[in-house]
Amino acid sequence: MRIVIIGNSVAMVGAVEAIRKYDTSSEIVVISDETYHVYSRPLISYYLGNLVSEDKMIYREKDFYRKNKVETVFGIKAISIDERKKEVYLEKGDSISFDKLLIATGGKPIIPPVEGLNKKNVHTFIKMDDAKKLKEAAKPGSKAVIVGGGLIGFKAAEGLHHLGVDVTIVELADRILSTILDAEGASLVSQSLQNDGIKIITGTTVDKIIGDEYVKGVLLKNGQELEADNLIIAIGVVPNVDVVKNTSISINRGILVDNTMKTSVEDVYAAGDVAEGYDMLVESNRVVPIWPNAYMQGEIAGLNMIGINKSFKGIFPMNSIGYKNTNMITAGITNPQQEEFEIISKIDHNRKYYKKFVVKENRLVGFILINDIDRAGLFTGFIKNETDITPFKKYLLNDDFGFIYLPKKLRKAKMLDLEVV
Amino acid sequence: MSLSYLTPEFKVLRDYDKCINCKVCMRQCSFEVHSYDEHLDKMISNDMNCVNCQRCVVLCPTQALTIIKHPQTFKEHANWTYDAIRDIYRQAETGGVLLSSMGNDRPYPVYWDKIVINASQVTNPSIDPLREPMELRVYIGRKPDKIEIDENLNVKTKMPPQLKLETPIMFSAMSYGSISYNAHAALARAAEELGILYNTGEGGLHKDFRKYGKNTIVQVASGRFGVDREYLNTAAAIEIKIGQGAKPGIGGHLPGEKVSEDISATRMIPPGSDAISPAPHHDIYSIEDLAQLIYSLKEATDYQKPVGVKIAAVNNVAAIASGIARAGADYIAIDGFRGGTGAAPKRIRDNVGIPIEFAIAAVDARLRSEGIRHTISLVAAGSIRNSADIVKAIALGADAVYIATAALIALGCHMCQKCHTGKCNWGIATQDPNLVKRLNPEIGYKRLVNLVQAWSHEIKEMLGGMGINDIESLKGNRLMLRGIGMTQKELDILGILAAGE
Amino acid sequence: MKKVYVKEEVCVGCRLCEVYCITSHSKYKDVLKAYKLETQRPTPRIVIEENKPVSFSLQCRHCDDAPCVKSCITGAMQKDPLTGVVTCDTDKCVGCWTCVLVCEFGAIIRDVNNKVASKCDLCAEAGEPACVKNCPNEALVYSEGGISV
Repeated sequence: MRIVIIGNSVAMVGAVEAIRKYDTSSEIVVISDETYHVYSRPLISYYLGNLVSEDKMIYREKDFYRKNKVETVFGIKAISIDERKKEVYLEKGDSISFDKLLIATGGKPIIPPVEGLNKKNVHTFIKMDDAKKLKEAAKPGSKAVIVGGGLIGFKAAEGLHHLGVDVTIVELADRILSTILDAEGASLVSQSLQNDGIKIITGTTVDKIIGDEYVKGVLLKNGQELEADNLIIAIGVVPNVDVVKNTSISINRGILVDNTMKTSVEDVYAAGDVAEGYDMLVESNRVVPIWPNAYMQGEIAGLNMIGINKSFKGIFPMNSIGYKNTNMITAGITNPQQEEFEIISKIDHNRKYYKKFVVKENRLVGFILINDIDRAGLFTGFIKNETDITPFKKYLLNDDFGFIYLPKKLRKAKMLDLEVV
Repeated sequence: MSLSYLTPEFKVLRDYDKCINCKVCMRQCSFEVHSYDEHLDKMISNDMNCVNCQRCVVLCPTQALTIIKHPQTFKEHANWTYDAIRDIYRQAETGGVLLSSMGNDRPYPVYWDKIVINASQVTNPSIDPLREPMELRVYIGRKPDKIEIDENLNVKTKMPPQLKLETPIMFSAMSYGSISYNAHAALARAAEELGILYNTGEGGLHKDFRKYGKNTIVQVASGRFGVDREYLNTAAAIEIKIGQGAKPGIGGHLPGEKVSEDISATRMIPPGSDAISPAPHHDIYSIEDLAQLIYSLKEATDYQKPVGVKIAAVNNVAAIASGIARAGADYIAIDGFRGGTGAAPKRIRDNVGIPIEFAIAAVDARLRSEGIRHTISLVAAGSIRNSADIVKAIALGADAVYIATAALIALGCHMCQKCHTGKCNWGIATQDPNLVKRLNPEIGYKRLVNLVQAWSHEIKEMLGGMGINDIESLKGNRLMLRGIGMTQKELDILGILAAGE
Repeated sequence: MKKVYVKEEVCVGCRLCEVYCITSHSKYKDVLKAYKLETQRPTPRIVIEENKPVSFSLQCRHCDDAPCVKSCITGAMQKDPLTGVVTCDTDKCVGCWTCVLVCEFGAIIRDVNNKVASKCDLCAEAGEPACVKNCPNEALVYSEGGISV
């Protein structure tokens, strides 16, 4: 059997490692338009900020492909699929046939329709090459404007700050990190950026890019003009579904998958940022473009491709992200507006701690932890396992919250590897 | 009250070269001796609170701690001793009865240590217990006047109920309340493993321990705590507690705050109520009354279980024992004046009662002279410290011994004598859940089993040395003992000869 | 695989497990030297919880399906295919704390000084976890497949 995987990032690794656990004979072919050994995309901001060298960015050991008997087709883009003939077509006219196909093409940056995008030093920031290009262009003392104060913009800002660049973030929403933080949380985090001289402009976005050959600045929709030697477009990512256009594979925002990561077409699977799978919290399909999700979806796809039936319980958004010593961990629904959600929160301005729990029908459905992030996984576990938190809800905000506050039976079942009865 | 005149009894020596500020000592001390001083960045100690239980010393990972008797002294005075003066300070401050725990710690002579054991030389050669069978099993209970045997050598005589002990040692009465649940768990499990018995004391039998019934003696004391038909029938034997060596003649009092839900259920009294054991049984004013209770208990258990009587060793113990034998008891346990306790008025503990060595010898001699020795078994209690004490007790006439203080020491007791505070740092004499868990019954029971097995090996060695291969042959065999440094009167009462005779 | 389990009923809350965990991962492997000579002592790799009278320590469960391994953004967190032990390669770890986010046991500790994840490695070098070996009350056990309660 030949398994073809389009994409060379974490979903691919999840799939390959799952397949090779049980199946050492099937052929695996990985196609990627990049030429790098599999690397960690989230590390590009660390690379940018000189916190990690390029050689440390590899996500799996150098012998990963050889050890797992993976044939690599790198530097060539897969441009289309014929799902009936079971062929993947490459940009130079070649094709590769498959018995099973995994589409793990990830996401691509959202580019807003503004004037002047073609100027030099307009960057996106999701791939290694993006980071290399930006690092080359961003000189100490230069100015950079980041359009978008989401996860990508936030990490780009940190990297650039480490390089000594004067950074301004422009965010359309009323706060940075608006998808994961509420107003209180964002304000705490903004302070730590601003204390380092990073400027944050909210409630507006770029109207026009100024400059000739090179970017010189931006004009914002609020009329403000900013100087910029580099402009980073970090509005967000969308699933990179180009390769499945003109096929019968169903797409919504991403490629629709069931809980085995199978697409609407037999033998074709999708995983990672390109896939739109089940979100157990919103109880519908949703693209959840996060690293752990990609690995786990890849793994499920891998197993199902070799006939091991394992289904995915679903995922929900979760992030651990930081700026220097400001750390935050968030998961699930963090800033609901509807009344059916109960909010339990505590803010400590001295220590810059913020804790917020979102509860619905005695189940934890989301949380924000800023700076006091230790043991965050306990809460992730409650969300994932849909634990009835009634018996210990009143202790959630305790500094020393832990298993100790759980009912003895539940605690022992968890800690002693016993079945819960 | 103004300034206390009491000074620390002990001094904590901390080797700061070794102290790593790990705070283990602080966390382990229920008397709050150790604390961490942030400004000094050092562990410091409040000597005043130290009881020398040595929990901190044992747990310190760097052996940084030593506890010594405080060098502070009064002007030396042979009569007005350190203790005498301090006791007065204490009572002048509180106006109360002084309480203490564990056994009499006064320097009375220890007669066990004035008795030596015989061994065979040349004639009646000694026996090697590793090569030849050696019997330590004893039966506690009334023996028939004569035994009839049928043609197949089966015993025809109907035997009264007997307790079978694989070694002549039992764990004596300690109530749930005076000691912890975990201590009881360790004792019960060890008794089962060893084929011996433990004794619930007067605090009832916790439902969790009913499964150890065949290794359990249940007590019926003046408070009648936890006594019902099921309690009596669950046990292997019933013991009427008349007295206790540590506090002869007085009752007991478990304060209401120690009567937790669990203890209340076990004692069958309302939670939080004081558990008062009256000094006398209010239905026993004569041997006849005692007989009535013995037979009531036998009736309640269908004459299937031995009923014993425990008394403190006091004046006229021999006559009292004779009465108890005639009242129908199957065994009599005699508790000498060094017997332990979870709480006793210090003056009583230190001044009332007589040594077990004399009591056991006197009782055995009296019952023999009356021709009723076989109608009752004798259990010696009250500070049996080692296997030699057991050999001596049996040679003086005991059938078996009770141990309790030794058992608690095996469980970790360091004899600080602070049981009455309920703050036992070793998890033994406490009901504080923070402290109880320090005694792991899994470890505890193994330590008890080890101790009793070690002693049993030693008893066998001593028996073999005497050329005896069965513990029953040692019983009352006073020729195997000699006395050293005793008056003729003492030797006469013990019924032994002086060394050299 | 063999894991460290705690019998909370007999945990005495002394925290010697922590002392010996630090020692076991120290340079000198000696309590006194670890505490007296090492200016930057290792971060303990265990979590101790206490709400009197209950206390216990908690070590990494070395999950079969370890989410920390799957979620690690650098590949630092690895599960040994033979022994099953999950370890963090601190050379690769960048302290993003994604493992802290996904560990349902809260058993991964942040070594804030070195900005790397610190977790129980079952004292792989020593053969037996130091916390288990030095627990004064046998509250910690190193056994296969859970413990009976």
